[in-house]
Formats: sequence, structure tokens, C-alpha cells
Amino acid sequence: MVMPKREPTKLVPVPSTNIIPERDVDKSPILECRHLGIDFGGLTAVNEFNMAIGRTEIAGLIGPNGAGKTTVFNLLTKVYQPTRGTILLDGVDTHSMNTVQVNKAGIARTFQNIRLFNNLTVEDNVKLGLHNHISYGMWQGLFRLPGYWKGERVAHERAMELLSIFDMAHLASAKAGSLPYGAQRRLEIVRALATNPSLLLLDEPAAGMNPSETAELMENIVKIRDTFQIAILLIEHDMSLVMGICEGICVLNFGQIIAKGTPDEIQADPAVIEAYLGKQKEG
Amino acid sequence: MKKINKNSLNGFINYGIVIAAFVVLQLLLNRGALSNSLQSLLVPTCCYIVMAVSLNLTVGILGELSLGHAGFMSLGAFSGITAAIALQGLIPSPALRLAAALLVGGLVGAIGGVIIGVPVLRLRGDYLAIVTLAFGEIIKNVIMVLYIGVDEKGLHVAMSEAGLHLAEGGVTIVKGPMGAVNVPKLASFTAGFLLILVTLLVVQNLVSSRSGRAIMALRDNRIAAESVGINVTKYKLMAFVTSAALAGAAGALFGLNYSSTVSSKFDFNTSILVLVFVVLGGLGSIRGSVIAAALLYVLPELLRQFKLAEYRMLIYAIILILVMLCTNNPMLKQLMDNTIGKFKKQPAAAEKGGAQ
Ligand SMILES: Nc1ncnc2c1ncn2[C@@H]1O[C@H](COP(=O)(O)OP(=O)(O)OP(=O)(O)O)[C@@H](O)[C@H]1O
Ligand SMILES: [Mg+2]
Repeated sequence: MVMPKREPTKLVPVPSTNIIPERDVDKSPILECRHLGIDFGGLTAVNEFNMAIGRTEIAGLIGPNGAGKTTVFNLLTKVYQPTRGTILLDGVDTHSMNTVQVNKAGIARTFQNIRLFNNLTVEDNVKLGLHNHISYGMWQGLFRLPGYWKGERVAHERAMELLSIFDMAHLASAKAGSLPYGAQRRLEIVRALATNPSLLLLDEPAAGMNPSETAELMENIVKIRDTFQIAILLIEHDMSLVMGICEGICVLNFGQIIAKGTPDEIQADPAVIEAYLGKQKEG
Repeated sequence: MKKINKNSLNGFINYGIVIAAFVVLQLLLNRGALSNSLQSLLVPTCCYIVMAVSLNLTVGILGELSLGHAGFMSLGAFSGITAAIALQGLIPSPALRLAAALLVGGLVGAIGGVIIGVPVLRLRGDYLAIVTLAFGEIIKNVIMVLYIGVDEKGLHVAMSEAGLHLAEGGVTIVKGPMGAVNVPKLASFTAGFLLILVTLLVVQNLVSSRSGRAIMALRDNRIAAESVGINVTKYKLMAFVTSAALAGAAGALFGLNYSSTVSSKFDFNTSILVLVFVVLGGLGSIRGSVIAAALLYVLPELLRQFKLAEYRMLIYAIILILVMLCTNNPMLKQLMDNTIGKFKKQPAAAEKGGAQ
């Protein structure tokens, strides 16, 4: 057989600017974004977004208002389809997946504007996170077959276990919409965690919390990472939280990454100070 | 310690109410205490209760507006009547034939639900309202020109009576604008009562299962539901088709309660009437739908019996407005909650945080 003659492929060096914690380096990163970008009409909301997250890393995504942080979350979870670039989740290209499939593949998230199932109880909210891990179908539910009872019992136990991470087990039968703001944010985290993700995305988890609640939240985020051995990427404006628990931080401004590094490096970075921290000092 | 959860307790109360009402009405019937006109209302009231509960599944529990619920009732009515007549030889027992007719009605209703639901429920937005509205009108007009007959060779469907080509001894079941004629009146109050129980069982068990939770999650927040891996189209379709199937069964029972039925009985006004029951009973409240449908269906007929016959629609309208004002009045709601709250033991520490 005669192979068609081809031009030899030209190889160019690829700048790898991605960083992950040293302890995760043996394993491939849980998430890798390459040249990710999206345009809304003429507006480029995110461009050339390259990032890697280690298997057990707590990573931070920061930047001024409107920088494109939430948009990155929406790209990762396929609320928006990227205009450019690749998302590799555990080495698998999520190109053809939708939001539901991405969740099944291992990404769970919370929302900047809390999105709970307000008319349902706290327990039901968590059980909805467990939805794909409860294994009985419609008919078993309709006729109350044994699968229903077993599935519901397991779901109840698991939901209570997860709620107890945030000391919320006693709120199980309250309506989610009636909870105070801080508790709603915590419930969203529990619900996301219930989907058994390998990467948890938290969009401003401390927004609206007082300092003591924030301190408790920081402890809990670390606790979640330690118990479940998952990666967490969080967006946050509260610098004490970001600098306190994030290992790798990525700074976004006008949709572009302007710095990456450890908390110390980020705090010392002149570009960051100008774009973000500097503004805060003036204010 | 096994705690009965609030949902299943509510469900049991609903069964209790329906069974108690049935027993009382049966006693009254046996003692001849119900007037003829009241007796004639029993079966249709059962049908409208089933209609309201099933529409509540779509509107209150799934959160999608449907304006053509009567269309599914119509599908069920005419297919149920056809089945009841066609199966005359095969199933001699009237009770079994009625059951078969209800099943056929439910099935045809469900098929209608799939045909409407599959394309429309994929779309985001209020398309369902528009499409169901059109669907109801289309079904009405199609049946208006439809001729269905049966002979030993089976069912014949045509657009004119001559087109049926029935063999000797064949009967025409549906006669275009005259609707279904010579219908065997198989429906009974007991059948209506059982259909309500089945409807409650289906809707309540669905709602308090994994699937029902997913359906309510879509209503509360579709984006969040997708983010936890819930398949939007699947659960929307599940709720909508179940709702259509129950409406079909109700239609079959309704159709088999009269010796003739015309398709214009199931028009837009009927759809809106059922929607009114659902809204006044409370979106998502099964018990509310049962009670609202029972009271509001019987009310205008009761008014007809009194001297006030001429003013009955006026009085009906005033009562509707009053109910609407009362059920939406925050002070009255508070009062109701407080009164009901006194009978509940636990003060629910959780709800204290709600003020914030
Ligand atoms: N669906 C959309 N259509 C058009 N523009 C959008 C859309 N979503 C986001 N944008 C724009 O993209 C930019 C980034 O928005 P994004 O919400 O990601 O910011 P953010 O970094 O999360 O800000 P904040 O800190 O205020 O939450 C903004 O200019 C916003 O107006
Ligand atoms: Mg944001």
C-alpha cells in the first residue's frame, strides 16, 4: 500500500504555564483548560484561559467585578458552550457534553445568586443532589416496591450524613427558601457535594456571611477536601478566605489571566496589585 | 423510631377525605336522600376531580401552563366510548368493560401527551400553553368531522358516514358533528370513586418519589436541577404524560356516563374551568384541587335548583372572586396557619430562621 505523501508535521514549543500542588503531580490534573474562551456577540468575556487543577487542590479564581469568573464556571459546567479551546476533565474532553453530562462526569457547582429548590425541604434538596445515585425508577416509586423503600432509606441516611458536615441535620425538614442566607449558601455546597463530584466549583461561597461564619466556612472547605479527597475551585472576593485556604490562585482581569501562583506570589504581583488589590486599598 | 413524613401523612388524609365523602354519599344515596339532579352530578364531579388533580401535576407540580387539558379528556372520552362499544362481544361484564375503556382512554390520552410533549417540552419558555391551547381546539374540530364505526372486521374510521363502509350489522359509534351516539352508560359513582383513588395514588406516590422530587426541582429552579444532573426533558415529559393519561381516563368515564357526547363539550371553556379549580385549590395542593373541583363543579348546578336560577352565573362569579380574594389574603392565610399550627405538636425550630 502506498501512503499518500504528506508534509512533515511542524512541531512548536507549547508554553506550559499551568501549575498544580506538588503532592498531586504524580496524577494527571483533574481539570485542564486550554485556550478556553467565549464571546458574547462582540464582547470577549473570557480569552486564552489556561489552567490546571490538582486532584486534591483548593484553587482560587479571583478578579475584579465583571472579570469573567462566573463565566468560567458557566463554561466548565456547559451553561455556555465555549467559543474556543478545550476543557479536559480527568483527561476527557468535555466538548460534546451538556450540563447534565458534565455533572455526571464529576463537576458540581454552587451559584453566585443562590439557586436552591426553595419550595422543597432541606433534605429533599440534598436528595436531589443524590438523584443519580439513588437507583430506583418511576414504577418502583409509583407502586412503592421494595426498591423504593431501600432507595429512600439510603438517600435519607446519606443526606443526613452530608448535612451534618455543616451541622445542618436539625434543619432537614425546613423549607430551603426559609433558611437564613448563610445556611442557604451552605446547603448549596452540601447539595453539590451530594452529586459525588471530583471537582467542586464554589461561586462566592462566603458572600453575605459575617466574619465568624466565613471562618467556619474556611474550615469546612478544607474539611471537605480532606474527607472527600476532591479538588475545589472557588471564586471569592473575601481575600482573607482566598489567601487563607487556596493553594494555587489564578487572577482574571477583563477575561484574561494576569497572574497565577501561590497566595504569597499573588499578593506580591504588581499586575494584581494594580488591577485588583490596589483598587481595594484606595477604596 | 420511624417517623411518618409530612408528605405521606398528607396523602393519607387525602385518601381519608375521599373515602369518607364516598361513604357518606353512598349512605345518602341508599336512603334516597339525594335528589335526581344531584345524583346525576356524582359521576361528572368525580371526573372533574380527576381532571383537576391531574392538571395540578402539570401546572402546580411541574410548573408548566397547560391550556388544553380538555383536549386529553376528549381523546379519552371518544376512545373510551369506542372501546366500550367495540369490546361488547369480547368482554360481556359491564364493570370489566368499563375498566378496559378507562385503560384505553388513559392510554390514548398518554399518547396524545407524548405527541404534544416530545417536541414542545424540549423548548424553554411558555410554549406549552400556546401549543396545548391549539391542541385542544384541533382535537375538538377533528372529532367534529370524524366518523368511527365497528363491524365484525374491526374498527373503521372515515370523514363521512358513507366512507365507513360498514358490513351488515355494523354500528356507527361516532357520527361527526352529532358526536358519539347510543353510548352504553357504563359509568357509575363507584367507578368514579375508584378512579379518584387511583389518581391520588399515582400523583401522590409520584410526587413523593425520586421522580417527583426531580419534577418539582425543575419547577423551582431548572438551572440548578441541571447542575445536579437531572434530565430536564425526561422528567417534564413524565409529569405531562401522566397528567394526560389521567385526563384521558377521566374523559372515558365522563363519556360513558351519557348516552351521547359531542366533542364541543371539551372545549377551551372546559380547560379553563379545570384550571380555575386548580388555581383556586392552590397550585401544587392535591387536596385543594379535590375540594375546589368538587365544590365549584356542584355549586352552579345547586344554584340552578333554587329560585336564583337566573342569577346563578352571577353568584358563581362572585363566589369565585371571593374565594380568590380570601385565598390570596395574607392576613387570612396567617390566621389559617395559626389555627392549623395549634394542632401541630412540634413548633419546628427550623422555621424561626425564616424571618431573616
Ligand atoms: N450571557 C451573557 N451575555 C452577555 N454578556 C455576558 C453574559 N454573561 C456574562 N456576560 C458578561 O461577561 C462579563 C463577565 O461576567 P461575569 O459574570 O463572569 O463576571 P464575574 O467575574 O463573575 O463578576 P462578579 O465578581 O461581579 O461576579 C461581564 O462583562 C458580563 O456582562
Ligand atoms: Mg460572578
